[in-house]
Amino acid sequence: METTAQAMTAALLPSPNPVQLIDPTGAEVEQAGTRRDYPMPSAARLREIWHAMVLGRRFDAQATALTKQGRLAVYPSSRGQEACQVGAILSITADDWFFPTYRDSMALASRGIDPIEVLSLLRGDSHCGYDPIATHTAAQCTPLSTQLIHAAGAAYGEKRRGTDHVALAFIGDGATSEGDFHEALNFAAVFEAPVIFFVQNNKYAISVPLSKQTRAPSLAYKGIGYGVAAEQVDGNDPAAVLAVMDHAVEHCRSGKGPFLIEAHTYRLESHTNADDATRYRSSDEVTAWLERDPIARVEAWLRGRGELNDDVVAATRAAAEALAAEVRERMNTDVTVDPMSLFDNVFAQRTPQLDEARAMVAAELAADSQEVSS
Amino acid sequence: MTVTMGGALNAALRDALAADDNVLVFGEDVGTLGGVFRITDGLTSEFGEQRCFDTPLAESGIVGFAIGLCLTGFRPVVEMQFDAFAYPAFEQITSHVAKMRNRTSGRVGLPLVIRIPYAGGIGGVEHHCDSSEGYYAHTPGLKVVTPSDAADAYSLLREAIDDPDPVIFLEPKALYWSKQEIELPCTRAPFGTAKVRRDGDDVTLVTYGASVPTALKAAEAAADEGWSVEVIDLRTIVPFDDETVVRSVRRTGRCVVLAEAQGFAGVGAEIAARVSERCFHSLAAPVGRVSGLPTPYPAPMLEKTYLPGVERVLDAIARLQWDDQPDLTYAEVGARG
Ligand SMILES: Cc1ncc(C[n+]2csc(CCOP(=O)(O)OP(=O)(O)O)c2C)c(N)n1
Ligand SMILES: [Mg+2]
Repeated sequence: METTAQAMTAALLPSPNPVQLIDPTGAEVEQAGTRRDYPMPSAARLREIWHAMVLGRRFDAQATALTKQGRLAVYPSSRGQEACQVGAILSITADDWFFPTYRDSMALASRGIDPIEVLSLLRGDSHCGYDPIATHTAAQCTPLSTQLIHAAGAAYGEKRRGTDHVALAFIGDGATSEGDFHEALNFAAVFEAPVIFFVQNNKYAISVPLSKQTRAPSLAYKGIGYGVAAEQVDGNDPAAVLAVMDHAVEHCRSGKGPFLIEAHTYRLESHTNADDATRYRSSDEVTAWLERDPIARVEAWLRGRGELNDDVVAATRAAAEALAAEVRERMNTDVTVDPMSLFDNVFAQRTPQLDEARAMVAAELAADSQEVSS
Repeated sequence: MTVTMGGALNAALRDALAADDNVLVFGEDVGTLGGVFRITDGLTSEFGEQRCFDTPLAESGIVGFAIGLCLTGFRPVVEMQFDAFAYPAFEQITSHVAKMRNRTSGRVGLPLVIRIPYAGGIGGVEHHCDSSEGYYAHTPGLKVVTPSDAADAYSLLREAIDDPDPVIFLEPKALYWSKQEIELPCTRAPFGTAKVRRDGDDVTLVTYGASVPTALKAAEAAADEGWSVEVIDLRTIVPFDDETVVRSVRRTGRCVVLAEAQGFAGVGAEIAARVSERCFHSLAAPVGRVSGLPTPYPAPMLEKTYLPGVERVLDAIARLQWDDQPDLTYAEVGARG
C-alpha cells in the first residue's frame, strides 16, 4: 500500500519525460507515463495559438531588425520559444498577473500590450512603457529571478482579496541557480500562493550551458523540495504547453498552491543581438533544433485534420506582415523625452534635494537654449 | 505615562493596524514571539495571523513578497531581524524597492516600510551591530529615517506607514529600552524636519538616531567648559533638512557631525560636505567629524573604544579654532540663500 508520504511525493513530482502531445512531424503522441492527464486542446485553440505564434515570430524578427537600424539599443530574441511565449499567455486571463523577464517581449505583445509600449525599455525612452497596474503585468525584469518573489506576493495578495486570479512568472534556466528562485518557490508554497513559475529552459544562460547550472535530472524536480507541484513539458510543442498550463492554472485557481513548469525549448538566436553564439555552440546543434519548430508542427497537425487551408495561412501571414509594418513605421520616428521628467518619479513628492538638482538642470537647459537661439 | 522606545514602536504598529486593514506586519519571529526585541508583541493575538505573521527565514523573500503585496493594494511593514541580516535583501531593496516608482514612470508606488534594528552599544556579537544607514541613504528612491526617543519612534513610524514611498526605518537598538514621559498617540511631525534637541550659540552638533544621547551628554559636558552647543537631531536622513542645519551653522559658525557609523563615505561625510558647501563663509573652522573607526564593528570587549563617545566629541569641539571669529553676516540667510 502506498504511504501518505509516497502519495504526496507522487502528487508533486513531474513526469519522467517532458509531456508531448504532438511530435515534430505533426503526429499525435500516445500518452504513456505522464503523471497527470493532459487532454489535447481543441482544434480552435490550436488554430488560435498557431495564429498568435506566427504573429509573435514576425514581431520578434521585426524587433531584431530594429536593432540594426539603431531604433532599439538591444534586443533579446525569443525566436524558437514561441510555444512558451504565446502558449503560456493564452492560458491565462487579463485579470491574472504576468511577471516577464527581458526575454519576453513576444509574450507581452501576445498579451495584447501595445508593441511600442513593449519596446519602450529597449528603445531607451523609459524603463517600462506600459502601465503595470492597469495591465496586471509587471515591468520586464532584468535582475534574474527577483521578480518571482513579487509574483508570489501578488498571488498571495489576490488570494487575500478573495479573487481567483493567479500569477504567471517567467524565468530562464540559468536563473534557477539564483537564490531568489528558491526563496520564491518556498514562500509560494508556505503561503499557498496561486502562482505558476514557468521556466523556459532554452539551454543557455548567455554562453553557459545548462550542464554547468545544475545536476538536477530536470529543473522541474526543483519543485518537490519545496512542496511545489511540478511538470516538465516539451516547450516546442504548443499543444503540450497549453495542456500543461491549463492544468497548472486550474491547480492554482482551485486553491492547491503554486505550480512549477519546466519547458524544454531552445534559444535559436544569440543571447541578444550584441552576443555571438558561434563562440560557444555549434551550428549543428542549432540546426537540430530548427527541426523541432513549434509553428511547423502545429501547422502540420491542423492541416492534417483540415483545420487549416492555404487561404487562412495566407491571411495570417498578411496579418503578421501588417503587424511588422506597423511596428516598423511607429518605431521609425525620433522620440524626445523631457529631461525634466527625470525628477518626477523618484518619490511621490520631490524632496528639497531633488528640487535643487532639478533647478540646476533647468538652468543648464535654459542656458543651452539661449546659446542655440543667439 | 512612561513609555520605552520599544513600547512606542509597538503602539505605532498597533494603531496603524487598527487604522487601515491593508497594513500587514510580517518577518522572522514577529508573530507568536513578538519579535526578538518584542516590538511586535501582542499584535498577532490582537489582530490575528492574517495581519501579523511569521514568514520563512529569507530576507530577500520577505522584501520581495512585500513588493508583490503592494501590487495588490497592501501596505506591508516588514522586520529585518538585525542590521547585518538585512543584507540578503539588498538586491530587492536597491534594484526594486528603491526604483519601482521610477522604473514604472510613477505608475507603481511601493508604500512599504522595512524596519531594521541597527547600530551597536549593546555588547552584541558580530553581525548584530552594523550602522548600515549609508547603504540605504546612498540609494535614490529610499527614505531613510531613525528616531532617537519614544515620541519620535511613534511619530516617525506612523508617518512611515502612511508614506506613499518605501521607507527604511532604522531603530537604534541600544535605545529600545530608553524611557520617556509621553502620552500616546503623540503629535506627529512630517519627514524632512529635523529637531533642535538643545539650543546653543557656539557650535552646532549634527547627529541622528543612536548617537543623539551621546550628543546631548557631550553638549552638557561642553557647557561646563564654556561652550554652548546646539544639538540637531536629523530624524530623517532622507529627505534631509538642509534648512534647519544651515540656519543653525550660519548662526553658530562652527559645526561637528556625530554618527557612530564608520566615517569614510558615510552619512556623516555627506552632512559635513553639505554644511561646508552651504556655510563656508560663516565657518570659523573646518567642519569636524566624529564617527566610528574605519574597521569592522569590533568584538564586544572593544566596543567602548570603537564607539564615538563624549570625549571624542569634546576633542572635536576643542579643535574648532576658537581663536578665530566666525563671520555671522549670513546668519539670517536660509539654506538656499
Ligand atoms: C542577478 C543577475 N546576474 C546576472 C545578470 C546578467 N545576465 C542577464 S541575462 C543572463 C543569462 C540568463 O540566462 P537564463 O536565465 O537562462 O535566461 P535566458 O537569457 O536564456 O532567457 C545573465 C547572466 C542579470 N541580469 N542578473
Ligand atoms: Mg536560458
